[in-house]
Amino acid sequence: MKLSVNGTEHEINDLEPDMPLLWVLRDELGLRGPKYGCGIAQCGACTVHIDGEAVRSCQVPAGGVWGAITTIEGLGTPEAPHPVQAAWIAHQVAQCGYCQSGQMMQAASLLAETPTPSDAEIDDAMSGNLCRCGTYPRIREAVKTAAAKLSEG
Amino acid sequence: MGRLKTIARRTFLIGSAAIAGGVAFGVYKYKTPHDNPLLNDLPEGAAALTPYVLITAQSITLITPRADKGQGATSVQAALIAEELDVELDQIRTDPGAPSPAYYNTALAGDAVPFRSTDDSLLATTTRSVMDAPIKFLGLQITGGSTTVPDGYEKLRMAGAVARETLKAAAAQIHGLDVAALITERGAVILPDGTRVPYTALASTAATLDPVQDVTLRAPDQWRLLGKPMQRVDIVAKSTGTQNYGIDQSPPGMLHGAIRLNPAQGGEMLGFDATEAEKMRGVVKIVPLPGGIGVIADNTWRAFQAALAVDVDWGPAPYPADMAGHWSALSESFTPDQQDSRFRNVGDVDAALAEDSDLRFEYRAPYLAHAPLEPVNATVVVGEGRVDVWTGTQIPRFVQKNVAHIAGVETENVHIHALMIGGSFGHRLEDDVVRHATRLAMAMPGTPIKLTYSREEDMTHDYPRQIAMARGRGRVKGGQVESFDLGIAMPSVMTSQMGRQGLPVPGPDLQIVAGAWDQPFDIPNYRVTGYRAPELAPISSWRSVGASSNGFFHDCLLDELIHAAGADPLAERLRLCNHTPSRKVLEAVGEMSNWGGTPGPRRGRGVAFCLSFGVPCAQVIEVSDTDAGIRIDRVYVAADVGRILDPVNFEGLVKGGVIFGLGHAMNCEITYSDGAAEQENFDSFPGMRLYQCPEIVVRGLENADNIRGIGEPPVPPAAPALANAIFAATGTRLREMPFNRFVDFA
Repeated sequence: MKLSVNGTEHEINDLEPDMPLLWVLRDELGLRGPKYGCGIAQCGACTVHIDGEAVRSCQVPAGGVWGAITTIEGLGTPEAPHPVQAAWIAHQVAQCGYCQSGQMMQAASLLAETPTPSDAEIDDAMSGNLCRCGTYPRIREAVKTAAAKLSEG
Repeated sequence: MGRLKTIARRTFLIGSAAIAGGVAFGVYKYKTPHDNPLLNDLPEGAAALTPYVLITAQSITLITPRADKGQGATSVQAALIAEELDVELDQIRTDPGAPSPAYYNTALAGDAVPFRSTDDSLLATTTRSVMDAPIKFLGLQITGGSTTVPDGYEKLRMAGAVARETLKAAAAQIHGLDVAALITERGAVILPDGTRVPYTALASTAATLDPVQDVTLRAPDQWRLLGKPMQRVDIVAKSTGTQNYGIDQSPPGMLHGAIRLNPAQGGEMLGFDATEAEKMRGVVKIVPLPGGIGVIADNTWRAFQAALAVDVDWGPAPYPADMAGHWSALSESFTPDQQDSRFRNVGDVDAALAEDSDLRFEYRAPYLAHAPLEPVNATVVVGEGRVDVWTGTQIPRFVQKNVAHIAGVETENVHIHALMIGGSFGHRLEDDVVRHATRLAMAMPGTPIKLTYSREEDMTHDYPRQIAMARGRGRVKGGQVESFDLGIAMPSVMTSQMGRQGLPVPGPDLQIVAGAWDQPFDIPNYRVTGYRAPELAPISSWRSVGASSNGFFHDCLLDELIHAAGADPLAERLRLCNHTPSRKVLEAVGEMSNWGGTPGPRRGRGVAFCLSFGVPCAQVIEVSDTDAGIRIDRVYVAADVGRILDPVNFEGLVKGGVIFGLGHAMNCEITYSDGAAEQENFDSFPGMRLYQCPEIVVRGLENADNIRGIGEPPVPPAAPALANAIFAATGTRLREMPFNRFVDFA
């Protein structure tokens, strides 16, 4: 099985095709940015991109991956954060932070498709990502800050 | 006075026995300082000037022993030390340190005594200070009760100041200068000629000196960091996916564990057949555990799948199998025999309410899971005579003791490596996951085993918030609330929770009435009675504990009586309030919400107030009754913690607490059927989603005398403010949570 993750090609032999991508990333490839929260696509903590589209990696079987995978590790780094990550830092969104990798992947996907989302579009795109600490007000603000930054170019 | 003395004596017994029956210990013992744990394996040339500051030739480490579960504990502890040490937060690293009695929690004592936090009488202060003795003696290193800030406020600044002055003494000795000529900034002592001597260069000399104990703390108007917006030390890692949580721990050679416990929590396992599971790919071992089985495999998902494939025969629940049994146990607990406390009894309620009144109501609050987003997990390796544990915990010393007992090693040979916690809300005050992980690791000595609970195992074995019922009645006269009588029945959270640590809890449980008996109101006839229901499902502390249900009961009853009196909900609360900081938060939300104005058609506004953990918090909520259901439009919230150390984090925690309180009031409950929790995942326990999140406007006040924490106090007023707003908009009184049993939410 071949997986492209954050620009690196991985050849993984002898893997059950029905193993969820989340566990391939975390336990087989050691990429632990995507988080396990529910296993049934209810929380969004495991969100990654496949060809730029936000997906719940707990629901994508490894054998069914249809494109290049990007995880939070591939979005940006502490030294060179993606504009979404920079906005998350500026607004100090995180409390426990456990859901935030998924939140940022969701937000990055939204902004790639809809560079200047309305409030309703932000709510629609982000409501599948659960935050138990209640950071929603800052998530909304950070998405808007990131949108402004991205549209500046 | 006789009665007061009895209370004081009993209080001492409660508090100390609640901790481990420590009353026999003389007070003299607690006056001996605990050993500094950093001195145990100090590198050559390094200085551990207090238990909180470790300086080597290379680096400065601040020890932040209170667990960070998202509330920013690490940052605020570091900032308190750094303020006096004269280092910036980008110059230091933080470390939770090893479990040690030196890191006991002083502030817990304040909330273990039956005096209102607003009570500054000699008796109240004396009793609080007496309580400090057993807590210090027993070295309770606990994170909880919004105590991290009040506990550390002086202690951590003092630790920074002692270290700073000792470093100055070292510089004075080396350079032959008068200490008075030296100043400090950015991690260095500055000599009179402007030379900067980094603290790291002074470590080896400072280590040879007795720490300078005679220090004076700076006044708040001299602060560089505290009181101003700060960047949390974990914010970059948490914004880039690089924060290491317990669940990310992966030491070399590690295997993965899963668990399957009796769905009836605490029920026995009668037998199991693992034949099919053992054949599954990646499965290394199936391990019988108390009340269930564990699986060791080479991948978390494979372990989860195998755990589900084991055929298990379960015993019955040790509590009523269905909800009817739980509610009837509460309903039958309002008896003189089960009276647990009556700390508030003013006027003559019985005489005032002798004639039957229509103002008689019953309220209910359900079991609730903590359900932090990171499922509980622990990584354990059992070696020769030592055990290493990597986990996030609020009770590291209990964990250490319990692991030592299970593994049969000395307590000091259990090494706890504390890790960042992905949310807790009280969940990490329990340590089952570590106990089970230890048993799994004992099945494979030398191999690290990471046990991760599936979401379903976590939610159904959560040790939920207490179930509770209240009965209220009252009388109004001349447009005012004249009599208020509230009885609350619940099982004792403290008995259930401390029982799992082997600690008896004699005496009344303050949590049965917390957030109700201690409210700052003067009502001519005013009584709050706690009734102890029998133990039902095992329960635990859930963000704001007793006040999470009692704040709802007390404020909703008050709101009903105010409505019956025909008074204005805010004006009547203000008229009854006898505590200035509490009045100020009520006045603040009135002003913020433009209370006098009309909210408009199909809209309603509710106010609620609760003083919990010493913090008065008022909220005004505005809702719309739309065709799709109730929409929460706006929340105005004011709270007073005495002094705000980081306004950015304060605002975040207040908003988060409001959302936590509202989300659970809207749509969350744990119910039991055939002994098993019916809610297993976030599809049936959703909480609030982003699209439902109202605009929340926060104002922090600083009128209170004592500094307090803000983690819990925003939770209790949220549910009653919502219920009162829905009443104002629709005329429907909601007396039972969750509210989606009765209304839809847009």
